[in-house]
Amino acid sequence: MPETVTIKVQRGAEGEFLHTEAFDVPYRQGMSALDALMWIRANIDSSLAIRYSCINANACKECMMRIDGRTQYACTARLGTDGATIEPLPNKRLIRDVVTDIVPPKETLGNLLGGIK
Amino acid sequence: MSTPTHLETDILIVGAGGAGMYAAVAAARGGARALLVDKSLISRGGSTIMAQMTVAVAVGEEEPDHWTHHLADTLKAGRGLCNGELAAALCREAPDRIREMDRWKVGWARGENGRMRQVMAPGHQLQRCVYVDFLNTGPAVAKTLRTQVAQGDNISRVSGLAILDVVVRDGRVTGAVGMNMEDGAPVTIAAKAVILAGGGLTRLYARNSASVNMNGDSYAMALRAGADLIDMEFPQFFPIGHLAPRLVGMDPIMWDPFRYKLGGRLLNGDMDEFIENYGESDSGKYTAMRDVTSYAIWKELEAGRGSPAGGAYLSFEHIPENQLRAAFGPVIDRLADNGIDLTRRPVEVAPIAHYHMGGVRVDARMRTRVSGLYAAGEAVGGANGANRLSGNAISEAFVFGERAGRFAAEDLSELGADWGAADAAPILDELAALKSRARPVDQHRDATSGKLWRELQELMWNDVGLLRTGDKLARALDRIQAMRRDDLAALQPPGDDAFNMEILDWYDLRAGLLVAETIAMAAINRRESRGAHQREDLPNQDPDFEKNQTVTLDGETPVLGWMDVVRAPRELSPVEAAQ
Repeated sequence: MPETVTIKVQRGAEGEFLHTEAFDVPYRQGMSALDALMWIRANIDSSLAIRYSCINANACKECMMRIDGRTQYACTARLGTDGATIEPLPNKRLIRDVVTDIVPPKETLGNLLGGIK
Repeated sequence: MSTPTHLETDILIVGAGGAGMYAAVAAARGGARALLVDKSLISRGGSTIMAQMTVAVAVGEEEPDHWTHHLADTLKAGRGLCNGELAAALCREAPDRIREMDRWKVGWARGENGRMRQVMAPGHQLQRCVYVDFLNTGPAVAKTLRTQVAQGDNISRVSGLAILDVVVRDGRVTGAVGMNMEDGAPVTIAAKAVILAGGGLTRLYARNSASVNMNGDSYAMALRAGADLIDMEFPQFFPIGHLAPRLVGMDPIMWDPFRYKLGGRLLNGDMDEFIENYGESDSGKYTAMRDVTSYAIWKELEAGRGSPAGGAYLSFEHIPENQLRAAFGPVIDRLADNGIDLTRRPVEVAPIAHYHMGGVRVDARMRTRVSGLYAAGEAVGGANGANRLSGNAISEAFVFGERAGRFAAEDLSELGADWGAADAAPILDELAALKSRARPVDQHRDATSGKLWRELQELMWNDVGLLRTGDKLARALDRIQAMRRDDLAALQPPGDDAFNMEILDWYDLRAGLLVAETIAMAAINRRESRGAHQREDLPNQDPDFEKNQTVTLDGETPVLGWMDVVRAPRELSPVEAAQ
């Protein structure tokens, strides 16, 4: 079992230069992609933008992203010993890093200001 | 700075879990305009959606029951400290809310006779807890309320709007200031009333259940607005949080429902039952109360009788597979995906921060002492005293949410000061200052705020956690105060606009550190052991401490006080009502 695995994450906000950054993350058997992203925020770069709420329960359904080319919930995607490449959802508007606009249209500030309801 | 986006409403509700959503529905029903906001997503970001199973309610469908019996059990669990008016409201109105949710088609589990199923839970004398199968109470409740909110004609809702502070002038609420996460833009909101429904504080502890948003926002906002808090020394530790093997896609609280339905045996590292040595029985049944079980597991661990990962074993090996499957259906497959076969070996469990009994002090109309400021749900302190019964948290979210929305709507004509932009200016200036001291872009990689969070969580877990001593608490308090004063002030979030996690970290830490300080202070000051507050240096419960502790804010400094316990109104005395 490797001591660390490499996580490649797409960085940048809408309209900025988009690039990939690599992070070496300590590997624990059974860890999820979200565990790795949370570890990066806590130990290397707190500016990494991720959207999640329930941490581990797969209840809030907020942490959907692209992991090794497949759309998955980061909290249930097990990390293999080869690490992973993590990108934002391709079919949603990018906000920053792996955060995309998944807010239901009627729950946005823009919608409220637009006068609906 | 350019003029921020400005919104107007009658009632602003901060936090869109079960309590906030119910408050919005009730406020609209009362004729008010409600604006429901959450820093995460509406209905998804709180801890309601994570509820696995039980909702305590005296509907008497499984066996005869009465709300006064529910109240008697709640008061007993609370170890003498429950606010009787709030506890009575909780137990009396829970049946109305559960039946209302039933009409809204939440799908409470029913038996073949068509009656709601109710299970026995620790501390309840009767089969009282309704649920939605399988482990689906939280998602079902959240979906049902989300639908009601969406159908409300007078309810507006905004996801991803983080409220930074309530705006108060001369002791009256005039609104709030927030930040829109998507673009970082400041937002001002004029409101005659504000309901704080942002949940609890479990994120302050290294080992916790519930969502990342539970960092004490509502408590800190209430304090800064001039309201007071109560019972802050009583975070609850859920005794049997999942510990090992690593399990993804399931909340660590998940063994609770397994024990409701199947019993299960709790064993120490020597494979012996041990709860009996701590004054409760638990053999194959799930009856021992949470405070005692947490304490017992910790003591076994200290005595060198823990499980390998540092907890206790929970075994269902004696339950046949067909029974497991009948009780939990697809959940058994999810466990298999995680390599767990309950018929073959036990899992390991350990205490985990789960809920906060303390919180914002309110009267029976959910009013704080600041005109126009209300609280609902877990944000409210006092109803559960020193120890909360299983199943009371969702009932409390519904009942207190509905009451806060209803009473705030009723009170509207007497509430409200005119919005004045000058009152919001200091909060907007603080946000602007935070952005103006942004770290240079070439210092892009920096985890100072992440490390500060981690340090706080470890400190709270080790020194302000389950088993406390005066020395450890004093040491923790010193460090927390230094973190508030020095470390927080030194943080330099990046200056980005869109989804700036570190700006949010700063506000989360500001709230979390203030709240952590109040917990440590209150725990030092309560010189006894009671319920979830266990002092190893003061192991006995002391009748002189059968009173509540309050916290107010003087400038930046929390100040403690004592008050007599509010007892249930005489006409609501459970003994009398039952006769």
